[in-house]
Amino acid sequence: MTWLIDLLSGLALLGGVFFVIVGGVGLLRMPDFYTRMHAAGITDTLGAGLILLGLMFQGGWTLITAKLLLILIFLWLTSPTASHALFKAALADPSNSQPLLHKEPPSSNS
Amino acid sequence: MLHLIGLWLFCAGLWLILSGYFNIPLLLVFGALSCALVVFIAWRVEKADPEDQPLHLKIGPQAILYWPWLVWQIVLANLDVAKRILDPKLPISPTMIKLKPTQHSEVGQVIYANSITLTPGTITASLSDGVLEVHALTQEAADSLLEGDMDRRVTALERSNA
Repeated sequence: MTWLIDLLSGLALLGGVFFVIVGGVGLLRMPDFYTRMHAAGITDTLGAGLILLGLMFQGGWTLITAKLLLILIFLWLTSPTASHALFKAALADPSNSQPLLHKEPPSSNS
Repeated sequence: MLHLIGLWLFCAGLWLILSGYFNIPLLLVFGALSCALVVFIAWRVEKADPEDQPLHLKIGPQAILYWPWLVWQIVLANLDVAKRILDPKLPISPTMIKLKPTQHSEVGQVIYANSITLTPGTITASLSDGVLEVHALTQEAADSLLEGDMDRRVTALERSNA
C-alpha cells in the first residue's frame, strides 16, 4: 500500500510543480498587468493545492495533514481577497494603463 | 450567547489542531483561557460595533454540494487557462463585464465575488451597490459567468443559510 500512496503523492507533487511553472510562464507571456494576474491565479489555486495534497498523502491520517488542510483553506480564503485588492488598487490609480480589452466598448449586461 | 459558545469551541478546536498537545493539562488550561479571552474581546467588540449581518457559517446540504462543485470548477478553469498559456498563439480575449448578483445579503455577494476571483481566468474588480465588475481573461469565461450558473448556486447556498 505504501507504494500506492507514494505514487499518488508523487503524481500530485509533479502536477503541482507543473502548474506552478505554467503560472510562471503565463506571468511572462501575458501582455499586460491585468492578464498577468490571471496567470498568477493558477499558481495559488491548483499549483499550491496539488503540492499540499501531495504532502498530505505523505502525512497520512495525522495532525500534519490537518494542519496542511488548514493551510489550504486559509490560502484559498485569503488569495482571492488579495487578488481583488491588488486589481482594484491598480485600476484606481489613473497613472496606470487601463486593462487591454479585445474589443471596445466592453459588453455589459444587467 | 449560543454563538459565543460556538466561537469558543471553534477557537479551542483550532488551538488543539495547531498545538498538537492533548495530554499536558497546564497547556490545555492555557489554551482554554486564551480562547476565552478571544471570545471576551469578540463579545466586547460586537457590543461596540454591531454588524447588521454577522457571519454565520452553517454546514447545510447546500454547502456540502457547493464547495466540491467550486473546487471542480477551479480545476476546469485552471486546465483551460494553462492550455491557453502553453498555446503558442496565446488565444486570449480580455473582457470587462458587469454582473448583477441575485444574492441579497452582503455575505452572499462576497462569497460569489470571492468564488469568481478564486477561479483562474476571472477576477472581480469591484463590488458596489449590488453590481459586480469582472475582468475575464477570455470571452468564453465571461460568457459562462453571464449564464449565471455560479450565481444561482451561491444564491441557493445563501437561502439555505438564512
